[in-house]
Amino acid sequence: MVEPVLSVRNLQVEIPLRKSLLRPVDNVSFDIAPGEILGVVGESGAGKSMTGNAIIGLLDRPAHICGGEVWLRGQRIDNLPPEAMRRIRGKGIGMVFQDPLTSLNPLLPIGAQLRETISEHLPVSNDEAAARAIAALEEVGIPGAARRVDAYPHEFSGGMRQRVVIALALCAEPGLVIADEPTTALDVSVQAQIIVLLKRLCRERGTAIMLVTHDMGVIAETADRVAVMYAGRLVELGPVREVLSAPCHPYTIGLMASTPLASQNRKRLNQIPGAMPRLDALPPGCAFQPRCTSAREVCGQGVGPDLTAGDGRAACWFTQAVSA
Amino acid sequence: MLAFTIKRTFQSFIVLLVVGLVAFSMFRFVGDPVDNMLGQERTGADIERLRGVLGLDQPFPVQYFKFLKGAVQGNFGVSYRQGRPVSEIISERLPATLELAAVSAILAVGIGFALGVFVAIRRDGWVAHTIMTVSLVGVSLPTFLIGILLIYLFSVELNWLPSFGRGEVVMVGEWRTGFLTKSGLQALILPSITLGLYQMTLIMRLVRSEMLEVLRQDYIRFARARGLRDRSVYFRHALKNTLIPVITVTGLQLGSIIAFAIITETVFQWPGVGLLFINSIQFVDIPVMAAYLMLVSVMFVAINLIVDLLYFAIDPRLHVGRSGGTG
Repeated sequence: MVEPVLSVRNLQVEIPLRKSLLRPVDNVSFDIAPGEILGVVGESGAGKSMTGNAIIGLLDRPAHICGGEVWLRGQRIDNLPPEAMRRIRGKGIGMVFQDPLTSLNPLLPIGAQLRETISEHLPVSNDEAAARAIAALEEVGIPGAARRVDAYPHEFSGGMRQRVVIALALCAEPGLVIADEPTTALDVSVQAQIIVLLKRLCRERGTAIMLVTHDMGVIAETADRVAVMYAGRLVELGPVREVLSAPCHPYTIGLMASTPLASQNRKRLNQIPGAMPRLDALPPGCAFQPRCTSAREVCGQGVGPDLTAGDGRAACWFTQAVSA
Repeated sequence: MLAFTIKRTFQSFIVLLVVGLVAFSMFRFVGDPVDNMLGQERTGADIERLRGVLGLDQPFPVQYFKFLKGAVQGNFGVSYRQGRPVSEIISERLPATLELAAVSAILAVGIGFALGVFVAIRRDGWVAHTIMTVSLVGVSLPTFLIGILLIYLFSVELNWLPSFGRGEVVMVGEWRTGFLTKSGLQALILPSITLGLYQMTLIMRLVRSEMLEVLRQDYIRFARARGLRDRSVYFRHALKNTLIPVITVTGLQLGSIIAFAIITETVFQWPGVGLLFINSIQFVDIPVMAAYLMLVSVMFVAINLIVDLLYFAIDPRLHVGRSGGTG
């Protein structure tokens, strides 16, 4: 097996509050192979973005990693000193944020923002950085890149700005890009273009993507594998086709049933009863148990089988029992 | 840009007219200058004659119009108290105030900005907490009290610095400067701290809160996610975005430094236009008061105009009509 570009082992993030201790990411483990696209889905507050921020080392205080390990190409990065971690951001791991309208500094031309990133990470002259900045804009499909390199962010539309953001995330040639809801803030007509662009650029460079989204449609079209998160834990992890066509965990089953897919022609969408528990009031055992239709006594005792231990796809006692 | 400048200049002109009108009409209530100018032994005929000479017997609109007509030509009349042209008296006094205000402004903006950025970046350190606490003193103590405290400490107790006056001055052309002598510079220290302290703490607290706000923005997060150095994130990305709101307030504060110089000049007996104004009020010297108020409002208006133009220099989003369009 090829060495994974990113390896996350039992990652735990905690937020100490005055009276309690929240754990928005709990015992999450997964690998991303070079060039692979891993989709991470889950509802708001499930810990998807928090996982991405923890990996790139941009957790907002007081949130911090309190357990587990993160490995990037064989180097452990979760305990690096700030300066060493800074060098990895941009060069080792790129990041694309949700809202292209606010991701770019409004007072700096886009070319200046590209050049500073390139010069920071790559040993190139100023002239070469400028040439690379224009090339990066051309690659993401900005028309007239050489002319528009000195334009300011407000002179571009939302879709174009997200292209610029992608150019910025990729310009130092990272091996992994964490794309946190990269299309959520865009027009539906532009979303597909951006996804196709991101996918093409990463395939050309062999860059892996961790695609955080709650859009099942995007996952179905884009990802190789999918990780489903619920209340800070990974509940299912597997190849995208298998998870979508035959979900194992009751939560994934519920999620699939509540997602309209063009291939299926259903009159009414199902919904999962109840809401995700608050992080300060997690039930014992499986966090999904109060909403689960197939919950049993055993569900209150443990979180289910460990996903990393074997080839188990879902952290659920019930499916494990069925498949066994 | 040009149209904007012309429009703003025109608006500024209207503001000046209104300020002049308000100031001029208020003077009718500060007292009768004739009382002061004539001695105890005056007759009704004397009063009437003097009123005629000064033009005070004319209706208010006529007086105002005459004042404006003179002001446009730089002629503010003759001081009742000193019997010399007002423009001459003011231009004699103005260098003292401008030098004091300039030093105070440099202190306020320079130190205020640096400290503001510092306490925003190191907001959880004990140094930042200490600075913030001490700055409350600067914001809350009245100017004259700070001046008196400084005089007590540095002039009376320690005897390091002079407590009043400008020290030795040198004429450079028409300009009487205190910058070139040791005593002149020493005399500047306490008044300029007194005058600038409030503005300094205000600018500092403003820079801090704006900077903290900017540091929460997505583009700062994205700059970090691209692996830029802290120095670049703070000073290249954050600081420039902090400037726009800060410049507005700073501009107004610079105007009030000149206006508040009245109090500081009184405390330190600083021979500037502020002290001149206070003395003129006691004597109901209307031409001097009117000219002073017009001068201060011209400065306010000019600073505001400059501030508006600075926005253009900093914020590219205001460049309407640039080659652009959407992609």
